[in-house]
Amino acid sequence: MPIKRQTIRDHTAEANLFARRAVIAGLVVFALLAMVVSNLYFLQVEHFEDYQTRSNGNRIKVLPIAPNRGLVYDRNGVLLAENRPVYSLEIIPEKVDNLEHTLIFLQALMGITDDEVEDFKQSLRGQRRFKPVALRTRLTEEEVARFASRSHRFPGVSIEARLARYYPYKETLTHALGYVSKINKKDLQKIQEAGEEGNYAATYDIGKLGIEKYHEDILHGEVGYQQVEVNSQGRIIRTLDVQPPIPGRDIVLNIDIRLQQAAQEALKDQRGTIIISSAHTGGILAMYSNPSYDPNLFVHGISSKNYSALLNSPDRPLINRATQGQYPPASTVKPLLGLLGLETDTVTPEYSITDTGQYRLPNVSHVWRDWRKWGHGEVNLTRAVEVSCDTYFYDLAYEMGIDSISDYMSEFGFGDYTGIDLYEESDANMPSRGWKRARFNQPWYIGDTIAVGIGQGYWTTTPIQLVHATNALVNYGARFVPQILQGYRGADGTMQPEPLKFLRPIDIVNRDNWDVIQDAMYQVVNGEVGGARFAFADTPYISAGKTGTAQLFSVAQGEEYEEEKVDERLRDNAMYIGYAPYDKPEITVAVVLENAGGGSKNAAPMARLMMDAYFKLYQPELFAAGQQTNGELSQ
Amino acid sequence: MKRSTLRENHISFWDRIHIDLPLLLGLLVLMGVGLVTIYSAGGQDMALIERQVVRLGIAIGVMVVLAQVPPMAFRRLSIYAYGAGILMLIAVLVFGDIGKGAQRWLDLGFIRFQPSEAMKLAVPMMVAWYISKFTLPPRLPQIIIGFMLVVIPTILIAKQPDLGTSLLIASSGVFAIFLAGMSWRLITIVAGLGGAFLPIMWFFLMQDYQKQRVITFMNPESDPLGAGYHIIQSKIAIGSGGLEGKGWLQGTQSQLEFLPERHTDFIFAVFSEEFGLTGVLLLLAIYLFIIVRGLMLAVRAQNAYSKLLAGSITLTFFVYVFVNMGMVSGILPVVGVPLPLVSYGGTSMVTLLAGFGMLMGIGTQKRLLSR
Repeated sequence: MPIKRQTIRDHTAEANLFARRAVIAGLVVFALLAMVVSNLYFLQVEHFEDYQTRSNGNRIKVLPIAPNRGLVYDRNGVLLAENRPVYSLEIIPEKVDNLEHTLIFLQALMGITDDEVEDFKQSLRGQRRFKPVALRTRLTEEEVARFASRSHRFPGVSIEARLARYYPYKETLTHALGYVSKINKKDLQKIQEAGEEGNYAATYDIGKLGIEKYHEDILHGEVGYQQVEVNSQGRIIRTLDVQPPIPGRDIVLNIDIRLQQAAQEALKDQRGTIIISSAHTGGILAMYSNPSYDPNLFVHGISSKNYSALLNSPDRPLINRATQGQYPPASTVKPLLGLLGLETDTVTPEYSITDTGQYRLPNVSHVWRDWRKWGHGEVNLTRAVEVSCDTYFYDLAYEMGIDSISDYMSEFGFGDYTGIDLYEESDANMPSRGWKRARFNQPWYIGDTIAVGIGQGYWTTTPIQLVHATNALVNYGARFVPQILQGYRGADGTMQPEPLKFLRPIDIVNRDNWDVIQDAMYQVVNGEVGGARFAFADTPYISAGKTGTAQLFSVAQGEEYEEEKVDERLRDNAMYIGYAPYDKPEITVAVVLENAGGGSKNAAPMARLMMDAYFKLYQPELFAAGQQTNGELSQ
Repeated sequence: MKRSTLRENHISFWDRIHIDLPLLLGLLVLMGVGLVTIYSAGGQDMALIERQVVRLGIAIGVMVVLAQVPPMAFRRLSIYAYGAGILMLIAVLVFGDIGKGAQRWLDLGFIRFQPSEAMKLAVPMMVAWYISKFTLPPRLPQIIIGFMLVVIPTILIAKQPDLGTSLLIASSGVFAIFLAGMSWRLITIVAGLGGAFLPIMWFFLMQDYQKQRVITFMNPESDPLGAGYHIIQSKIAIGSGGLEGKGWLQGTQSQLEFLPERHTDFIFAVFSEEFGLTGVLLLLAIYLFIIVRGLMLAVRAQNAYSKLLAGSITLTFFVYVFVNMGMVSGILPVVGVPLPLVSYGGTSMVTLLAGFGMLMGIGTQKRLLSR
């Protein structure tokens, strides 16, 4: 390339120029490196803690560990709900050389169905290859053993254990004890509302019914944590720290499983319920509702077929009849109505009427009939209770009026929740003028009061309400919430008894009136014409009680109720409430038998079976040779 | 006594084989640091180390061979190397293999070849050859032509697209022009024009993925799981290393695989995490030593061509260091530039050591002649 303006090359000047430029370049290099260093100082020194935190946040994951659920015992230490390991066959895909072959071999060995393999492949999708996936859950012990002996042939396949609830008494305790089942969306929402999602982070099951649900907070325990180091794919590299969970508290129930079993045996196929409670504390010794079902079905997820069978059964096994069944109390409330009569001076113990079997009101054409067509003749209050005279109580109710009855019976807890430690409770109905106006927009008629006088009409009660009211009667107005929970084992292993929950006591006008009524109930069992005298003949203890026969079917005026002609579901409910021993009550018993007929003939004998069962267990000496009989004592 | 005699003997020996001992030692230390870090970053995989050692061996071989070539031979070759390089770059754009979403490779049947790597040396050779034909400092027409020589391959490589390499090639040429003594007035004007060129580059030259890198660089937290992930994890690795580092093989960000491209482009983050600021300062001292030594050799070089080529090679080496550290620590956008002689990988290693071979050739030439 020709260059016009030729200059003589000055090598020294060029070298100097280059040297200057090189020095400048060197300085720039130094400056830029200083910039890099200052940025690194900013990152590594000034913001070190910030980045250290973020680095740890990357690698350290906190995994929750589920606490073991507290166990449930009966009052004598019999295990009612336990935690058993359930085994599942799990596969870690990345550890398996040939998944297809492994699955084929496992199918042959374990009898795994094509459906199970299909489900397995389904859950395999979108799953990290190092995370275990279950091929079969709830292995039998035989299956566990069969696999265990050949496990070396299946790398990446293992048997994993998890604790799951098991109820050894199955259907005997279902309604009282309840069950746990997998946490669903609704449960999760409640957990979140309670701010407990952290505590339930690893929990699989939650109480769904009964005690398991009501005392969930005691039974659940506190979640534990495992600090692990994970890599960027989430694979656990090692465990850094473990904070063990605090297991849930073991609880003890007032229930005596032997009495519970006795109640179940007594009821057999009879729809109904039996409650035995401790007379002085309200503690529930037995509460059986028939028919029942096996709660273990629910623990691992009940099949929809089984569930709809339970749900749609006309016998309604899912209902806890003891607390949710609403029955007309019938004659079982006559003693309480009599008590009100005495306390309000409406009647005196001596006051008597002559029962002709019919009751009429002035200017009313309707005739109210006694259950005994020809009447009971002259009856005072005690006799009226003893023979369950309807006419006496028609008149008494008429005299007292609905307002007085409704107020007083509400004090005994009718028409309200007893507060038993079950969420499955209904309040039934104690009718009043205001209630009828609100419900039907109708005035209260005098006939409504007459029906209430014999525990019929609009009045419904739950069996637990009857037990509760009977306890209030024998305790002279003191009232406690009936409780299934007796206490729980504290952190130090000692029993923490659940305190009694007192309710507003009933005001006593005259204690003698209460004795009169208790005596009347004594006569029902022990009197010469007592409604329950045959059922309780020759008991080695003295009890008191009251029968009831609740009509579900209105017999038209002038007609007679004929059991055979009435549809089975409309037949009378047989009822009985009672307590024993009479002079120092220990237990209260309520029996309700749906569509079983008369109370004295059907319910009273069953109540006796329960009382016998109780005393045989707790006072066996009564049944020893040379026993005293009820008859002898009462003479 | 023994030591000094050894040394006297060796000086003549190293000069005779055209090897600059201080530079060689600096490079070897760097390679050692690289192997140690790759071992940690690659999950203690010895196979990785073996492959890197083989590459280093080849690269050192290339360096030693090129050091024997007299600088004047390179000078004569400059124009042919450059011309062939441009042709190959065009060929790559037309016939090139696509690897990792970019056309960089030229398959000549017996060898797969990355022409852009060769241009890293051919461009400074060409610019040095052209500028040194005239007296220094260069005048405007020479500067314009010099820039043209730089811009053409830069654009061709940016088109592949390979922003990192085009950046390195542009700087290598520009350094030659700067070192030749381009006037400060012109430098200011060119810098201004360059500023004006940036928007043009953004709208017409840059690919979407390159733009994304720049956007991510501006605000990595805007996409912490996507494009910003690399930078965020890299900064966490560096920052959590602190002053003393977590210790060799103890870097959780790298060992637990949170850090991407651990043993290649982001190896500096691994090093910073495990050896902390202390280690980084020592590493920077080695780099600075090599750069200063390179500039010394350039200053001492016999003629303008040698000076410009040696200076350009040295400063381009610095650009590697600066751009890599800058991108890994979040002050520069992520462009694919390895940490020289430390990152795992072959192609750039060979080019780098070839450059150092030329540098050593230049550096040892004078003394040999003056003897």
